[in-house]
Amino acid sequence: MAAEKKLAGYICTGCGIGERLDAKQLQAVATREGKLPSVKQHAMLCGAEGVKLIQDDIDAGNATHIMIAACSRRSKVEAFSFPTVAMSRANLREGVIWSRPAGDEHQETTQEMADDYIRMAAAEIKFMTVPESSGEQELNKTLLVVGGGMTGMTAAVEAAKAGYPVHLVCDEPVLGGVWKDLYKRVPFRAAAFDVPNGNDVDLPQPEDPGLDDLIERVMANGRITVHLNAKITKTSGAPGRFSADLSMESGRTLTENFGAIVQATDYKPYDANQLPEFAYGTTPDVLTNFEFERLAKQANGAVIKRPSDGREVKAVAFIQCAGQRSSKAGHLPYCSGFCCTESIKQAMYFKAQNPGCDATILFDDLRTPGAAGEDFYRSGQQAMVTFTKGQASAVVADGGNLRVKFKDLILNEDTEMVCDLVVLATGQVPNTGPDPYAQLAVDEAPTEEEKAAARAALAVAPPSILNLDYRQGTDLPHLKHGFVDSHFICFPYETRRTGIYAAGPVRRPMDLKQAMDDAVGATMKAIQSLENAARGSAAHPRVGDLSYPRFRKEGCTQCKRCTVECPFGAINEDEQRYPQFNESRCRRCGTCMGACPVRVISFDNYSVDTVGQQLKAVDVPDEFSEKPRILCLACENDAYPALDMAAQSGEHITPFVRVIPVRCLGSVSLSWVTDALNSGYDGIVLMGCRRDDDYQCHFVRGSAMAAERLSKVGDTLTQLNLETERVAVHEVAITDLKRAPAILNEMAETITRIGMSPFKF
Amino acid sequence: MGELNTAMIERYRNSFLKEVEANVEEGEWVKMCMQCGVCSGSCPLGKFWEHPPQEIFMMIRAGKREAVLQSESVWMCTSCYNCIVRCPRELPITHIMHGLAHYAKRLGLVPKTNPTAKFAQMFWDNLMVKGRVNELKLGLALYFMNGFGDGIKVALKNQKLGMAMMKTGRMNPKEAFGGHAVKDLAGFHKVLKKAQELEDARIAQNGPSAGA
Repeated sequence: MAAEKKLAGYICTGCGIGERLDAKQLQAVATREGKLPSVKQHAMLCGAEGVKLIQDDIDAGNATHIMIAACSRRSKVEAFSFPTVAMSRANLREGVIWSRPAGDEHQETTQEMADDYIRMAAAEIKFMTVPESSGEQELNKTLLVVGGGMTGMTAAVEAAKAGYPVHLVCDEPVLGGVWKDLYKRVPFRAAAFDVPNGNDVDLPQPEDPGLDDLIERVMANGRITVHLNAKITKTSGAPGRFSADLSMESGRTLTENFGAIVQATDYKPYDANQLPEFAYGTTPDVLTNFEFERLAKQANGAVIKRPSDGREVKAVAFIQCAGQRSSKAGHLPYCSGFCCTESIKQAMYFKAQNPGCDATILFDDLRTPGAAGEDFYRSGQQAMVTFTKGQASAVVADGGNLRVKFKDLILNEDTEMVCDLVVLATGQVPNTGPDPYAQLAVDEAPTEEEKAAARAALAVAPPSILNLDYRQGTDLPHLKHGFVDSHFICFPYETRRTGIYAAGPVRRPMDLKQAMDDAVGATMKAIQSLENAARGSAAHPRVGDLSYPRFRKEGCTQCKRCTVECPFGAINEDEQRYPQFNESRCRRCGTCMGACPVRVISFDNYSVDTVGQQLKAVDVPDEFSEKPRILCLACENDAYPALDMAAQSGEHITPFVRVIPVRCLGSVSLSWVTDALNSGYDGIVLMGCRRDDDYQCHFVRGSAMAAERLSKVGDTLTQLNLETERVAVHEVAITDLKRAPAILNEMAETITRIGMSPFKF
Repeated sequence: MGELNTAMIERYRNSFLKEVEANVEEGEWVKMCMQCGVCSGSCPLGKFWEHPPQEIFMMIRAGKREAVLQSESVWMCTSCYNCIVRCPRELPITHIMHGLAHYAKRLGLVPKTNPTAKFAQMFWDNLMVKGRVNELKLGLALYFMNGFGDGIKVALKNQKLGMAMMKTGRMNPKEAFGGHAVKDLAGFHKVLKKAQELEDARIAQNGPSAGA
């Protein structure tokens, strides 16, 4: 880091900035008020010549901290990439001229807006430093894959193929996991497309499961070390430096270091004992799909016989959604997504042996995902599997036969069918460890009573798989129904523990093909993560960010808020109960910074000061000016881009707003709100991502944390004798191009209605 | 009638679907229906059908043999082809409906009063005589389909139209006496006879005495 700060400002007059704004005035503000010793203008700063202008200053040692006043910080990032200096950006294009109508009557307020953004960027840059990695990083290319099923094995093979050594941990004596009973698998391929003589040529058929082949490839691969009958007794560290204790069959413990981890522990079959209405447990001729697959594997192509009396099966019924998609106690509320194609496959086993065998699938909604899906459905229909849209209510053992009672949903009648065997299409229960927050609930319950309740919940929790030595519990946090939490749409493999990736049915229910595809994706992310960790740079979504939380130990009160609230469990506590930041576990969201009541946590390029100084730099006109000031803290992931795009599409916003992007609403320090109110702002709008169970927060809990903290702001306002409407928190999605500007304009109207803040100086 | 029907029941005891596959024109498509209901929703006469096509297909799979073959519904199809165009599984639904009607006719299961079946028979009988449709006779037969009194009433109602058609030469009263025929009437009858032979042979192949 340069010993001496050399500040420099660069104002771009291209893209209409020069025509719409008074560049001389901007230059004057930057020099006199922004106190930048050197301010240069250029008509096209992002062009080769403009970039050279900046680079030359940097190379000559004349600029260590630069302020660029041009377009949004989200634009021209390749051109304005100066990694050796600290940089702030004033958003004059999207933020000002594109958000404001042209015309003389608007000129004054529009120019004031631009002046303020210059003041803000000039204030911010003084409190930034060039982020550099801590130098504690190391490259560890070894991956730990947990789970010896098809998912885990695929992950191991893929990593090995990419040149990364793997340790594959399997808690069973053989590889294969839940998939090892497969007689055949649902086909992976679709039918040929555009065949001249019709659609139903060359339809996909059940295929060899490929298990033996995969096991062979795993065992033969020199980069893969397989540990059978092994368990993980402790995992500690962070991406790039994980350490895991593997308890081996021999009783010995092996400690190994890993760069990243893939958890591919698949699922557990649903316990059908919860389905007495289907006579499960009363007669051996009612089986689950998992049990039937084993029966088919034993028969190995020979005639399938009933378990009870060995009679050949002449009529079989498959009951879809057995114990699934139901709100009844003990049932799974979700669709497991693999059972429809599974039943089609199993019905085809019968048809392959004896086309005269009646195989009926009772379905409500037939869902056949995957490449083969619809073609495979047709394949089953061609094989004369009967598909009946009906809802089964009961199975009754009647002499040697089984009577399946159901409601025909097309003919709208209660009816029944007689068969020899019933297969229940039951679902997947994720094979995950306990939810870490269930464990924390025990540790942190204030009363004995609550502790007991939390303990009871924990008692039924499954045993730990990873045994993480983390402040926030032993395993990956859940979202719902025991599935591992990950950002469903955008970042499916990222869990809430950086460097640990979830693949396959631990994430959501899925079939074999999807699980194997998932394994590839998660492995790629794991490799990326360990490589990022070696560089000291963040994983998604702030990929490449070298900054990490630093904290001033002398100021810390050991309140533990940061260690508790970090959505990623990145922060441990040392022996003296001070927070211990594991920088490569950190996603750089700043939720800890927002949590810290004594403001001792900061990043090199983002801190309580970098934002606090910006909002203080804004020129606040007096109470009688009719020019209110509204502060907008907008999440840089969704809200800020939404505002940028709104400007691009010609939406106008009030000239009284000043927008400051924040890493996540979770990083918002309450001091910014109080500072803004004390400085005379009339309104504050906070824009973050959706925060409920279907959250869109890129940092999972950041937006929810912010909402919780800000829920108490009303009291502060009341104490200050201010109207509570002056502070508003909104959920904004990246697609809210109309709504985001409307929210700001609404706040301006609110201020007109309730009047200006009395706190102006 | 009864004999063939009983024989078919015996032969396909458990699976009406298989019977349809073997005996109904385009019947092998029925198993490919995925019960989306687009056909029923697309049929312009759908609300007048007791069992729209989707239900007919389900009833076939559920083995409701009598209900399907004695149904008035399969006779409701006007061959607008809307269902065929829209069926995502590309089932020739129109053809299947006619195939079912035809099969029901062969088995003698058509409801006695079904007007479509009656008209079809009338049309066929008319056509067979001269190889051309005698419109005057067919028209009159239609008028008197439901009895003499009804026939007079309908005829009177359409009097004006009839006179106008005669005036413009669109209808010739002489057609009532014999009417004109195709050029080679004997040849026409020979063609029909051959077609009947082929059809009989085809049916015999699938029929009650065949195979199985």
